[in-house]
Amino acid sequence: MSEPRRELLGVAGAEPVGPYTLLRFERGGVDPGSPGQFFMLEAPGRLLPRALSLCLAPAGELAFLIDPVGPGTESLCRLGRGDAVHVFGPLGQGFRLDVERPVLVGGGIGIAPLPYLAEALRFPPAVLGFRSELHAEAAALLPGAEIAIEPTLVTELIPTGHEVLACGPEPMLEAVAARWPGSQLAWEAPMACGYGACYGCVVEIAGELKRLCVEGPVLLAA
Amino acid sequence: MLLNASGCLDALVAPEIARQLDAFVTKTVTPLPREGNSPIRIAETAHGMLNSIGLANPGRERFLTDQLPRLRELGIPLWVSVGGFCAQDYAETCAALDGIAAIELNLSCPNVDEAADSAAEIVAACRATTSLPLYAKLSAAHPDVAVVATAVAAAGADGLSLINTLRGLALDPDTLKPILARSSGGLSGPSLKPVALATVHACYAATQLPIVGMGGIVTAQDVVEFVACGALHVALGTVLFADPHAPSRIREELAVVPMDDRYAAAHSSEKSLEFTAKALA
Repeated sequence: MSEPRRELLGVAGAEPVGPYTLLRFERGGVDPGSPGQFFMLEAPGRLLPRALSLCLAPAGELAFLIDPVGPGTESLCRLGRGDAVHVFGPLGQGFRLDVERPVLVGGGIGIAPLPYLAEALRFPPAVLGFRSELHAEAAALLPGAEIAIEPTLVTELIPTGHEVLACGPEPMLEAVAARWPGSQLAWEAPMACGYGACYGCVVEIAGELKRLCVEGPVLLAA
Repeated sequence: MLLNASGCLDALVAPEIARQLDAFVTKTVTPLPREGNSPIRIAETAHGMLNSIGLANPGRERFLTDQLPRLRELGIPLWVSVGGFCAQDYAETCAALDGIAAIELNLSCPNVDEAADSAAEIVAACRATTSLPLYAKLSAAHPDVAVVATAVAAAGADGLSLINTLRGLALDPDTLKPILARSSGGLSGPSLKPVALATVHACYAATQLPIVGMGGIVTAQDVVEFVACGALHVALGTVLFADPHAPSRIREELAVVPMDDRYAAAHSSEKSLEFTAKALA
């Protein structure tokens, strides 16, 4: 596994993707890691960095898909060429790639890790759910994916006979876990550090509270 | 010495980060295992953060048989943070510890119910069971923390760790409900620094005990200010979350700050804040 490194990385570019921003950094000495792993990005003007999974690894770059939902992600979405912030990673446990017939399932900003994952798995089928046409513009990052827009739920599109690899809002992940045990699910939790120091990101795993940044963020559905 | 604040680093998961320190302070160990509080446990605030971890730890027995041996293998001097809910809890854990650099008695976690015994009673009970250096970690929330510091000094504390987090509350701006599941949590980070400096200053003046100063340290300048107020050592907390390499960075910054006079001033026998303030001017 790649050793995490923390470096000041320059912004290579930032492009709007629907309501989101695809923020690209010069990679420097930071390894992209495996799909589903995440990075702590310094959020300008904020005390704590923000945890973001890698969306794409273009040559020499690291790209993150960001939803501006609060002051930290908003400050990241305002970055542009010429800016630089500290990036620390790759961190955590990503998706297991030894799957026979994968299907990728994404909901909203949960599609973030899927383009990089799709590349690693040679573009398996994918189904994506969004809350509006505008949000669904992000599906452009995953060509060929089937799209559900609310009130249609993405879980209605999941084909049978596949292993599910999913990232999305909790209700979606819970629905997937209930119907497809053994799925690989990428969860989210508020994190201060991303490397096991703060114990802030615990989730219940097999009846115990475990640190999502150490044991996850990708966990097997029981 | 440069330490971490208890609960702000896991040396077993991040040994290379811990090796930047002069000693590693463990997460607080309680007699019985504790899962800690339900999530959500952390919230960012203006210039700080709240946590309500709630002393999650494997309990004394598993700490002694599993964690402590693995921590020893790292080759870093160890301080064990000890917690409990009565003087006997603390004393029994202290009695079971040896071969470590020091014990820090966590007398001030804002995320659990307070022990019924006073800080001085707990220190006295621990003093009776161990000859290891005992540092009492006090809260700045006490109306006169210097009085507590004097009492724990009389009870046999070898030093003070100042300060723990202070209880705070953060609301979701949209719902106006607390962000943390437990409602309130411990405030840490730069917003704590002035409170920490005042506490270190007051407790040093009252006791002259060695003090580990902490609360919002981010830069070498912060370290210098804590030392000027009476700290002999400093600990890094919240800054480790944002910058795991903060210990090395601060050491590098300190190396180029012309501080010899300031340290001499800070540690001279006739030390006073006026004196050190003049030296810092």
